[in-house]
Amino acid sequence: METLTKNDDKQTTTDGARKVAYVTPQATIRETKDGYLLQAEMPGVNKAGLEVTVDNNELTILGRRSDPEIQAEAVYRESRPRDFRRVFELDPAIDTARIEARMEQGVLTLTLPKAERVKPKKINVD
Amino acid sequence: MSLIRYYSPELSTWSPFDRLSSLRDEMNRLFEASSSGSTRDAGLLTAWAPLLDVFQDRDNVFVKVELPGLKKEEIDISVQEGILSVAGERKEEAETKEGDTFRSERFFGRFHRSVVLPTAVNTEKVKASYKDGILTITLPKAEEAKPKQIEVSVS
Repeated sequence: METLTKNDDKQTTTDGARKVAYVTPQATIRETKDGYLLQAEMPGVNKAGLEVTVDNNELTILGRRSDPEIQAEAVYRESRPRDFRRVFELDPAIDTARIEARMEQGVLTLTLPKAERVKPKKINVD
Repeated sequence: MSLIRYYSPELSTWSPFDRLSSLRDEMNRLFEASSSGSTRDAGLLTAWAPLLDVFQDRDNVFVKVELPGLKKEEIDISVQEGILSVAGERKEEAETKEGDTFRSERFFGRFHRSVVLPTAVNTEKVKASYKDGILTITLPKAEEAKPKQIEVSVS
């Protein structure tokens, strides 16, 4: 299956002359009977910093961190203080008008319902 | 007093071809390790090790852990003998269990991270907050660990 699996590995985009570096959030995608459920981990991002856009069957999630940098000397560091960005290719069956997003403790949950017409219909034979 | 001539065994036996062949051996070992040792690598990936940062200023040690998608009650923090431990369990929600998974990069289950603190801390006054999936622990330094300014009086 090609849809929702395409991974945009571009870690940078250009914002004018400035190059912006991003971290690719870890994601889990499940297909349910009504559509898809996508969860992405973006610690430090809340509702205000979240941007979800759909353009030409491409879903872009962008999360801007709002956690303040600790103003102290870094003794040991594993995290990268960068914003998150990832692009997925959408299944054409998804009804993009009904996509819903929820942000909870740094986890983005997107419900991507399939359009009614593509849902399997059971036809009874008389 | 005499000067002893510096003798480097490595330089004296240096031969470019030896060096090259040992480099090749090293590369072979690397490739063998990555193809045959895949089970061990997979084992490492199944454990969840949340990213952790340690900062300090004059009065405090700060530890920041990225723990997206937990509940406050699911996080255990302890300080013992200069070691800070953060442990807990991330449970998979029921709504995410149904259906076919076709991409799974998030970890569920238990995690445990420990870090040796850079100085002694006052364990009675440790504070923690959890917001937007980030746990921030503030550990005030013990009085004896704080840098002291000693004034020199000029007479």
